[in-house]
Amino acid sequence: MVSGLINANPVVYERKERRIRDPVAHADEFPYKWYMHADIKDPEHPYSLEELKVVTEDAVEVDDKHSHVRVTFTPTVEHCSMATVIGLCLRVKLMRSLPSRYKVDIKVAPGTHATEAAVNKQLNDKERVAAALENPNLVEMVDQCLTPTYA
Amino acid sequence: MDLFEGNLELKEIQKLEGHTDRVWSLAWNPTTGVSGIPAMLASCSGDKTVRIWQQNGHSWECKAILDETHTRTVRSCAWSPSGKLLATASFDATTAIWENVGGDFECVATLEGHENEVKSVSWNASGSLLATCSRDKSVWIWEVMPGNEFECVSVLQGHTQDVKMVQWHPNMDILFSCSYDNTIKIWAEDGDSDDWHCVQTISEANNGHSSTVWALSFNSKGDRMVTCSDDLTLKIWESDSKTTSPVGDGYAPWIHVSTLSGYHDRTIFSVHWSREGIIASGAADDAIRFFIENKDGLIDGPSYKLLLKKEKAHDMDVNSVQWISKETRLLASASDDGTIKIWELASLP
Repeated sequence: MVSGLINANPVVYERKERRIRDPVAHADEFPYKWYMHADIKDPEHPYSLEELKVVTEDAVEVDDKHSHVRVTFTPTVEHCSMATVIGLCLRVKLMRSLPSRYKVDIKVAPGTHATEAAVNKQLNDKERVAAALENPNLVEMVDQCLTPTYA
Repeated sequence: MDLFEGNLELKEIQKLEGHTDRVWSLAWNPTTGVSGIPAMLASCSGDKTVRIWQQNGHSWECKAILDETHTRTVRSCAWSPSGKLLATASFDATTAIWENVGGDFECVATLEGHENEVKSVSWNASGSLLATCSRDKSVWIWEVMPGNEFECVSVLQGHTQDVKMVQWHPNMDILFSCSYDNTIKIWAEDGDSDDWHCVQTISEANNGHSSTVWALSFNSKGDRMVTCSDDLTLKIWESDSKTTSPVGDGYAPWIHVSTLSGYHDRTIFSVHWSREGIIASGAADDAIRFFIENKDGLIDGPSYKLLLKKEKAHDMDVNSVQWISKETRLLASASDDGTIKIWELASLP
């Protein structure tokens, strides 16, 4: 991924202060919700999704009572072909961290992607997700993004 | 049969544990569960295995594990009408055929050809044809030859996205497929030429679904069909069963009868119509629901009503619901929680 970046010069924002340093260890404590996503690395850049404002605190809604999580993310550019990979990273992170009773919906923020409906449909089709996660190349990519970048 | 009007409950008979990943699909062996032959159930899973379960008195036991053949998720399984062969469709792009030899299951054929994940497999009523479908958007029809040979007789292109399920009509050689492209397609053979083609496409424009169609099932007569979808609805369709010729001027198209909406909260993955007319549906809201035809209001045409709802039937998504094919009210369900449950729909005393 050295050449041909989808977005060669992304705007990088500051990271928010963390109260919880190890989000996974504190996964049972609410509100841990947002830190988990903030530290996911962008597939293209050495920045976190938080630093690129792909995922913000407001974009993760947790309804503990109904065991429902809704994540809305904002690709850095409208034609970002990495959108499905980012969405997959978010889903895998949630699958690995959340108790299994949670239902997760992941969506691109309205109006921020050229093929919004197609991306959303694919990310929320669990059969497609299951098949994707049996693809070693894709899993390697996702795992790289999920490697903790900050202690 | 006014049992429908009585108080019913869904009794859990047994939870079958053993799979180490989500269970995708179930199939009852159609020749078992009668004449003293213990009922047999096949299940397939994300753990790449198929398990064979058999009734023993009042409980079910795992009799066989079919592994080391598929290298990825086994998505779907189907028994041949004779109950001797089991077909399994896998994300590894193959369909395996297993033969039951005195309780041992041997892989006797592997059907290759799809470019990627095979998602569903179905035998026709006589067991002479097999259909498979894939994320590669195609539907394949295979002819069953002597000596466990399977010859591809047709590759059907028409869906624009991956095909989720194929299902043969219960008594005619007409094939139904449903897809991520939100449509249901109906395929029939030309009279003389051995060529299969699409005779009808049911899309949103003709009262069809507005999102992925995950599954379909027929009533026992074969004149009605139910479909379920990511659009959170079930739809009932009807065709004139008096017509026997499936093609040409004689083809009786399937017409929308009723839409059942406002019941499931999340994607409906599975639907199955029992021989006595009860529709069971399983969804990502962890619930199983039962519907029957509402005989009271025939003035506006047929309608269906909720008979019973079982919340939290499983701890996670319900991927498959299957009635036993015989005249008992036994139902099996499979879930993302890795378990299978055997239920009895029983009348309250």
